[in-house]
Amino acid sequence: MSSFLLGITIFIAIVTAACLYRIAVGKTIFDRIIGAGLVGTNGFILLTLIGFIFGRIDMFVDIAIAYALLNFVIIIVLGKYFDRVREKP
Amino acid sequence: MLVLVIALMLGGAFFLTVSAIGLLRLPDFYARTHAVGKSETLGTILLLSGLAVYNGWELSTLKILFISGFVLIANPTATHAISRAAFRSGLQPWTRKKKNNGEVNKSDKQHGAKLERKG
Repeated sequence: MSSFLLGITIFIAIVTAACLYRIAVGKTIFDRIIGAGLVGTNGFILLTLIGFIFGRIDMFVDIAIAYALLNFVIIIVLGKYFDRVREKP
Repeated sequence: MLVLVIALMLGGAFFLTVSAIGLLRLPDFYARTHAVGKSETLGTILLLSGLAVYNGWELSTLKILFISGFVLIANPTATHAISRAAFRSGLQPWTRKKKNNGEVNKSDKQHGAKLERKG
């Protein structure tokens, strides 16, 4: 079971690293924001899995909760910040 | 019980992979929100449910289920907020425009990729 968890963790890490392409290349700013949200979501899944691998789930799940709350707040704040109708020149 | 854990976690990894492929390959911002908002949420909930079943009855299980329920509410809300901001700031949706003789215009393929002014 431990090797299965390790394999799932490495697989999701590779998938998350592939999503960094959209943050680097994305055509608009909103593509970058949504790619950052996906990387953040995969990040706390990775934290929970790493807690199971290290055998210290009671500590890592608290960090994962903090990351989930921060990820939501960051995306909402960026959405409010870029939500403006462009003025005519 | 172990079969249920492995099935849930493999399903979660599958939906996370589908979400990543959708983010990389779909043509437009609004189509990418479709990948991120739905299949990412389902994959996260499936994978965390598998971990919660694997952990057994503890306090950590309750916290993992709390993260799962929070993602169920927060991830579509955040995606909706971003796509509403994009629509209000004038990002045009991607359309496959047709010429008069019915052919697909190749040059309009990246039509939605640029920000256009609203007025």
